[in-house]
Amino acid sequence: MKIDNQLIDYVAALSRLEVADSEREGLIKDLGSIIGYMDKLNTLNTDDIEPMSHAFPVRNVFREDKVIPSVDRELILQNAPAKKDGSFKVPKTVE
Amino acid sequence: MDLLKLGALELGQKIKDKEISVHDATSAMLDKIQADGDIYNAYISVFKDEALKSADEIQAKIDSGELTSPLAGVPMAIKDNICTKDMLTTCGSKMLYNFKPPYNAGVVEKLNKAGAVILGKLNMDEFAMGSTSETSYYGVTKNPWNTNHVPGGSSGGAAVAVAANEAYYTLGSDTGGSIRQPCSYCGVTGMKPTYGSVSRYGLVAYASSLDQIGPVGNSAKDIAAVLDIITGKDKRDSTSVECDCGNALASLTGDIQGLRIGIPTDYFGSGLDNEVKEKVMAAAKTFESLGAVIEEFPMPIVEYCVPAYYIIACAEAGSNLSRYDGIKYGYRAENYDDLYDLYLKSRSEGFGMEVKRRIMLGNFVLSSGYYDAYYTKALRVKALIKKAFDDAFQKYDVILGPVAPTTAPRIGESLCEPLKMYLSDIYTVSVNLAGLPGLTAPCGFDSNNMPIGFQLIGKPFGENTLLNAAHAYQLSTDFHTKKPEGGKNA
Repeated sequence: MKIDNQLIDYVAALSRLEVADSEREGLIKDLGSIIGYMDKLNTLNTDDIEPMSHAFPVRNVFREDKVIPSVDRELILQNAPAKKDGSFKVPKTVE
Repeated sequence: MDLLKLGALELGQKIKDKEISVHDATSAMLDKIQADGDIYNAYISVFKDEALKSADEIQAKIDSGELTSPLAGVPMAIKDNICTKDMLTTCGSKMLYNFKPPYNAGVVEKLNKAGAVILGKLNMDEFAMGSTSETSYYGVTKNPWNTNHVPGGSSGGAAVAVAANEAYYTLGSDTGGSIRQPCSYCGVTGMKPTYGSVSRYGLVAYASSLDQIGPVGNSAKDIAAVLDIITGKDKRDSTSVECDCGNALASLTGDIQGLRIGIPTDYFGSGLDNEVKEKVMAAAKTFESLGAVIEEFPMPIVEYCVPAYYIIACAEAGSNLSRYDGIKYGYRAENYDDLYDLYLKSRSEGFGMEVKRRIMLGNFVLSSGYYDAYYTKALRVKALIKKAFDDAFQKYDVILGPVAPTTAPRIGESLCEPLKMYLSDIYTVSVNLAGLPGLTAPCGFDSNNMPIGFQLIGKPFGENTLLNAAHAYQLSTDFHTKKPEGGKNA
């Protein structure tokens, strides 16, 4: 797997991250060596193996549909960098 | 009597017997933390006033008979990725530099109910991503056995605080070895419980299918007592399970006659330092002399554990950390053009390099065109790893091996080569992938007097078996009683 500038830009955009010019060369090298190492898995035959997302058998967890109070609005907003009229404040997004 | 050198249970007993007050024990720890200053940098926040206030409240409840836990009144500390209501919880990141959670984590509620005095929050790799505790925004944590060396990570602060007598016990979290490896590097005892044993409610998520909170202490007995407090089903974490737990301490007999211990030969290959190998094999001999039956067996899947782990962990991290957007809580960039730019700048300025690397790796392995080749493939390998452990546990009660290939590396050696750092997780990550419990306890020192630990791996919910084996070992050895001489800088 070849890691180049184009792939770095693509993955950075997916991640909502900016890659500074000073970081670019190091990232190409590090991601290249790590992903190269991940390719090692291709030497293992997994043809008849089902992907496993949970290590133990899981069942759906049901609970009674009961109305309980949710967290207070002020508490939810207490850590917001910007708020207004009981809401999170964000830059204008709709013209 | 030196108050600082007591074990957690010993102190708990002396508090019950009214030989020591909760206030005095709390003051002694706070004084030690203050006297150490930033030599080790184990703490991000110390809650001095709150701890002293709660010490008095807890004393009153012990005196009235309301609090009966064997650890009631014993001062402890918590890794800074576990939410404490209205108390700073930074995750070692600039992103959460001002975050005061509006609620307590499930384990914090349980600690409060048991009468724990919370001294403060412990340093860690940023968002628990790292094996050295060097990536914290709040400075590098240092190994009390030699401050030129790392304490391991990501729960470096949790291991250091116990090793340096800055807390009687601590809580860490373990996603791929983050409790076990620093415990090994710092010469203390720690455990990653079975996935689902301990509620993750209020644990800031790194990789949700692998994360688990666990105890660090001076002995297997001490951490058994902590486990009894923190385990159990929590309806706010649907992956937590109803288990036959809460009886770990009572189950310790120190008798391991007939215990079947398997040693995976593939854990002792060329990558393992000779001195570490010698000490772990010497521990095997001790177990044998205590009546255990030791047998070696092959486990060739081990070489695939690190790549499978980093694919799965990074994929989950990439998703989990998308919540940090500069809007709901945490860091927001000062200058931005529009909403997209606000996300971009806040995240780029708020996260450190290792976190960014893992988010990008995660989004790569999940991206269209690569998903099956990396993520699905890793989930298939995970199934093979789980099967290898299932097969081993047909024959053995526990598995014994090293924790890490070497003793603690020097500060600055690991971060310049991330792949090399990832590879050092080879003996720990498989336990998380398979959801199993793992325990680390000290078993010797290398020629530079740096601690070495062994790792015991158990069947799902086999915590008590691991604790009893380690307890038997600690009854006949004294490695767990060794402490560093403060502030040495060799």
